[in-house]
Amino acid sequence: MGLKGEAAIVGIAEYRPERKYSGRPMFDLEQWADLSALALADAGLSSRDVNGIVVSRLRESPHFVPATVAEYCGWSVNLAEHVDLGGANSVGAVWRAAAAIELGMCDVVVAAIAGRPPPPQPDGAVDPLIARQYAFGASSAEWGSPQAEFELPYGHIAQNSGYAMIAQRYGALYGYDERAMAKIVVDQRTNACANPEAVFHGKPVTIDDVLNSKMVADPLRLLEIVMPVSGGAAVVVASREVARRTRHRPVFVTGCGEHLAHKTPTYTADMLHTPIGPAAESAFAMAGVARSDVDVAQLYDCYTITVLLTIEDSGFCAKGEGMAFVRDHELTYRGDFPVNTHGGQLGFGQAGGAGGMSQVVEAVHQVRGEAGDRQVGGCDTAYVSGTGGVMSEQGALIVQGG
Amino acid sequence: MTITGQPTAIVKPRPRPTPTSQPFWDALRDERVVLQHCRDCGSWVHYPRSRCVSCLSDALDWVEVSGRGTVYTFAIAWQPTAPPFDDEVPQIIAVVEIGAGEGPGEGSTVVSAAGARISTTLVTTELERLRVGMAVEPVFDHGADGMTLLRFRPVDEAP
Ligand SMILES: [Zn+2]
Repeated sequence: MGLKGEAAIVGIAEYRPERKYSGRPMFDLEQWADLSALALADAGLSSRDVNGIVVSRLRESPHFVPATVAEYCGWSVNLAEHVDLGGANSVGAVWRAAAAIELGMCDVVVAAIAGRPPPPQPDGAVDPLIARQYAFGASSAEWGSPQAEFELPYGHIAQNSGYAMIAQRYGALYGYDERAMAKIVVDQRTNACANPEAVFHGKPVTIDDVLNSKMVADPLRLLEIVMPVSGGAAVVVASREVARRTRHRPVFVTGCGEHLAHKTPTYTADMLHTPIGPAAESAFAMAGVARSDVDVAQLYDCYTITVLLTIEDSGFCAKGEGMAFVRDHELTYRGDFPVNTHGGQLGFGQAGGAGGMSQVVEAVHQVRGEAGDRQVGGCDTAYVSGTGGVMSEQGALIVQGG
Repeated sequence: MTITGQPTAIVKPRPRPTPTSQPFWDALRDERVVLQHCRDCGSWVHYPRSRCVSCLSDALDWVEVSGRGTVYTFAIAWQPTAPPFDDEVPQIIAVVEIGAGEGPGEGSTVVSAAGARISTTLVTTELERLRVGMAVEPVFDHGADGMTLLRFRPVDEAP
């Protein structure tokens, strides 16, 4: 059962993250076409080869997204999938593409996520949909939405306080080492400093820098929270047969998993046993890979607490031992447990919904051996996680060099 | 529809009851806390639903509970979680568990061991005393719009 490892990531493209976007504003559809062209060129494939797409949210059109994208890019496709898993869209898109390829439905699938700002609306008009989305984070303000009725009126909005509540409970049950939490930021920043593309390249930080940064949502401080940037990324997933005629070492998708049970963390069975647990279990079992076989772990890192719980619940250490694990291991590209070798979203930047794709792209760079100064030697197997909402939906991938 | 010019000021969101949830809000206005209780599996159901979240039974009864509970977790937001909440900073965003060990009462043998979790805020000025697991009791926050929000305060801080 599960994936047989017959589909591979063969092309990648990623916009350089920028805190203040310096280029021409672009619609999501324009970014789709642009990123796809770049990723197909990276693979050595042509637009005519594309026969599947996996899309997520599209600013210009909330409905009929696959059809809108296919029409814009001039593709006729046999797979038209729409994922709606927030920061887990990246991982979710890759395994869906791989599964459809193994089913024989298609053999070249593009998955792109846009993250650059759009042109301003004519006459300064504001799209009410966008305005409301910014006001209420990822929560629905529609009548009848549980979030509108039972979360928003109390100020349970956006992500910071949700993740902070998880961190607070973690501390109460297992103890809290703020220096270990800060070390996650420091190690990833070290990685960012070895990645010229990272938004924090050339800007190392110390544990004290992190502890001295402003308290945003106690116990989480400013430097423990991702930096929003512009960006965007795309991957091309293809069959083994197609992969033979591409330009790089194919990176096969050998294991995957996905899990969710809630939108709002209030209602999860246990805030400290996160959905990545079952997702990771599935991915490792499917790939037949042991935790100790992982050469690099690209862990979705909207916050430090996300990394900590993902290390624990993915099975790299026991529950409650994450702080000690972080203290005892160097998480940099030259360390004994390399995490987020591109700098993570904490050090590389989070390009909105495309943030999680940076982790997929970095896994590919590492397995291809093209990560430059931050290359981990002999990297064949990468573990990638994706996280949406407030630890709401999570996905896991094992990818391996062919 | 588009709005011309700057985004209109976003006002603080207020609950808009549905036919299913109306009894919950009606009770709060009377300073009572009621929860849905499943006759078939004995679970509390919160937020209110048309069917039980544990077993999808539609045999749900509204049952009054004490409203006292414990803090499952909390966070202190030093930046507003959204612009309209600027006046509440520091917001003590919290999840409280109520109804644990309580049940439908007389004539019923079903007591719910597990409580129901509720998204709320804590009302206190003594931030340093806040603890996961601390006992809290309801604060009925009556709004000018006729809606009452259910907040909580540490039990020893009753006026
Ligand atoms: Zn039930």
